[in-house]
Amino acid sequence: MARINLDHIRHAYGIRPTSPNDYALREVHHEWADGGAYALLGPSGCGKTTLLNIISGIVRPSEGHILFDGKDVTHLPTEERNIAQVFQFPVVYDTMTVYDNLAFPLRNRNVPEDLVATRVKHILEMLELTDRADKKARGLTADQKQKISLGRGLVRSDVNAILFDEPLTVIDPHLKWVLRSQLKQLHRHSKFTMVYVTHDQTEALTFADKVVVMYDGQIVQIGTPAELFEKPKHTFVGYFIGSPGMNVFPVEIAGKKARIGNVSVDIGFAPKISKGQKTELGIRPEFMDITRKGMPMTIRKVEDIGRQKIVRGELAGQAVSIVMKEGSDIPADPHVSFRDEGINIYADSWRVGQED
Amino acid sequence: MLEFINVSKVVSGQTHIHPTNLVLERGTLNVLLGPTLSGKTSLLRLMAGLDKPTSGSVRFNGENVTGLPVQRRNVAMVYQQFINYPSMTVYENIASPLRVAGESADVIDREVKKVADLMRLSPLLDRLPLSLSGGQQQRTALARAIVKKASLVLLDEPLANLDYKLREEMREELPKIFAASGSIFVYATTEPSEALLLGGNTATLHQGRVSQFGKTVSVYRNPRDLITARTFSDPPINTHTAVKEGKNFVLLEKEAGGKGKATKITLPVPAHLATVADGPVTLGVQPHHLSLEEPYAKAPSLKVKTQVSEIAGSESFVHVLFGDKRWVILEHGVRNIDPDLDIDVYLDTRHLMAFGSDGMTLAGTAG
Repeated sequence: MARINLDHIRHAYGIRPTSPNDYALREVHHEWADGGAYALLGPSGCGKTTLLNIISGIVRPSEGHILFDGKDVTHLPTEERNIAQVFQFPVVYDTMTVYDNLAFPLRNRNVPEDLVATRVKHILEMLELTDRADKKARGLTADQKQKISLGRGLVRSDVNAILFDEPLTVIDPHLKWVLRSQLKQLHRHSKFTMVYVTHDQTEALTFADKVVVMYDGQIVQIGTPAELFEKPKHTFVGYFIGSPGMNVFPVEIAGKKARIGNVSVDIGFAPKISKGQKTELGIRPEFMDITRKGMPMTIRKVEDIGRQKIVRGELAGQAVSIVMKEGSDIPADPHVSFRDEGINIYADSWRVGQED
Repeated sequence: MLEFINVSKVVSGQTHIHPTNLVLERGTLNVLLGPTLSGKTSLLRLMAGLDKPTSGSVRFNGENVTGLPVQRRNVAMVYQQFINYPSMTVYENIASPLRVAGESADVIDREVKKVADLMRLSPLLDRLPLSLSGGQQQRTALARAIVKKASLVLLDEPLANLDYKLREEMREELPKIFAASGSIFVYATTEPSEALLLGGNTATLHQGRVSQFGKTVSVYRNPRDLITARTFSDPPINTHTAVKEGKNFVLLEKEAGGKGKATKITLPVPAHLATVADGPVTLGVQPHHLSLEEPYAKAPSLKVKTQVSEIAGSESFVHVLFGDKRWVILEHGVRNIDPDLDIDVYLDTRHLMAFGSDGMTLAGTAG
């Protein structure tokens, strides 16, 4: 297990990058704690796979260094980095038993058989596969095979880190939560440093202590699930985390007030805005109420999704989504009010807090 | 109007579809909801005419079309995989069914542009499909199905391969697109929340049988039986056996693993279940009708042990053990609760469901 330092890393796939847009990965400079569970979350093309490949050694960064526990491994190949990897599709030897599959990474490193037995037994129990230990892997379902892949990633106790690349893609939706829960428990019990790449918010938020949200080649926020939900640092985080995502309205800021259309909202503090910056107010659908007072809105559609209602409409000429409780009434002349704790102010898409 | 009259499908001795009756009206959206292998794709293939029913008949607008092959029906299909012609531009992909039909260049141009506009593909008409995102590729496939003006459009999990943000956007858009068309749409999905977002009608499928068919929200709120309630809840509906004894439901809570002594728990029978006869029942409660905070004064509570909390962005699923049963609580916002804690959960009994020993819903429930 190791602490991972990403020291001023940048990467461009083309030669001689000249502008920031030439970089698939713009500057990343972070320290990830030993034993932490990190998820790299973002849409396709955001740079998350590039970053994972830099950590694993498949890609050598154009600039910067990567360190494991202070040791520079930038120029070491994957085999010498002492990491375990779990991929999107199961990597399992069909003709071997479940036991032998799990033992493989250890035997490969000449670990004595008695130690192999202890480790494999432990993993079999964790994954609830003990009763299948002597069965050939061939007859197993896709998700059982992927469990073995996970087990092979976890079986060595001396790795610097375990890297997961969208490991639940092939799993049936109804079984995903079981594996998600198991992975989370595995981390609690093992204390490995884990890095998990996904485009699925539920996987990332459930698994990780810290979620690294990536967008357009850069890290836009590293935070706990609660931080990402309550205080998105970038409007992209507000959009990408949560369903429906955060509403973002263009506003004019004047002191402690934000003006949306021709209505003024009290925001409780005077955000520092530089001249010429684009200013926006972000508020999640959960922090808005439809009442008889407040800002007038028009309702286009009410989606009754059982446990709640999603009201779609327009506010100050802009599309808005509002979440309401099951069974709540919607007044004939609808108005909207914002709850203070849900208001975030953005300048050029980045959050400006009271603390800034 | 598409009618299924006692349609069944048996393949090498195995019943894929039990005798099924269904009437789908023109201009409606109909969701087939069920887990993998429940018969969704088999039903779609029977509707398309790709497969011939083993028994029963299929009528389209009153005309018997049983056994009429797919080529001679006016059907369009969209699959989970994005299927487009890779060497043709988006424009040509959308235009292809019209070219096959021998439409004039003017008509083709007008129709392609109209549908492209509806599907927000107008700026991409000159691009090749493989240079597009997954969502754009699937919109191209959908546009081709819609431009054909088929009287029946069949969609087999069309959004399954898209990431969740795109799915979210498409689910919001699709009903508008469907409403503008006037065809019969049939949409197969494994996800209850997708059915609810799409609206329209839903047929819940379980092991080759339609367990219920009706307006989507009403099937969700008033499932006829436990199978329908289960098919229509994700995370799964929480259930427990109980005995109704006068004004109380009595539950026996067994320890995990089924060992040790069972604890007796009594729950007051809510008004809407007062007419249920005394005796054994299965109680059902949806995850969002359980909560960590009291929903109203004197709501009954149960003791549970926490397991893992799943966080889905705007809401969290707290998995717990209630005795030896795995239950799920849905909470709004981010709730990351440590495992192995003994906590109380509150039950909103106004929405409690009760099912008889035959699995049928008892009395007026309000899911």
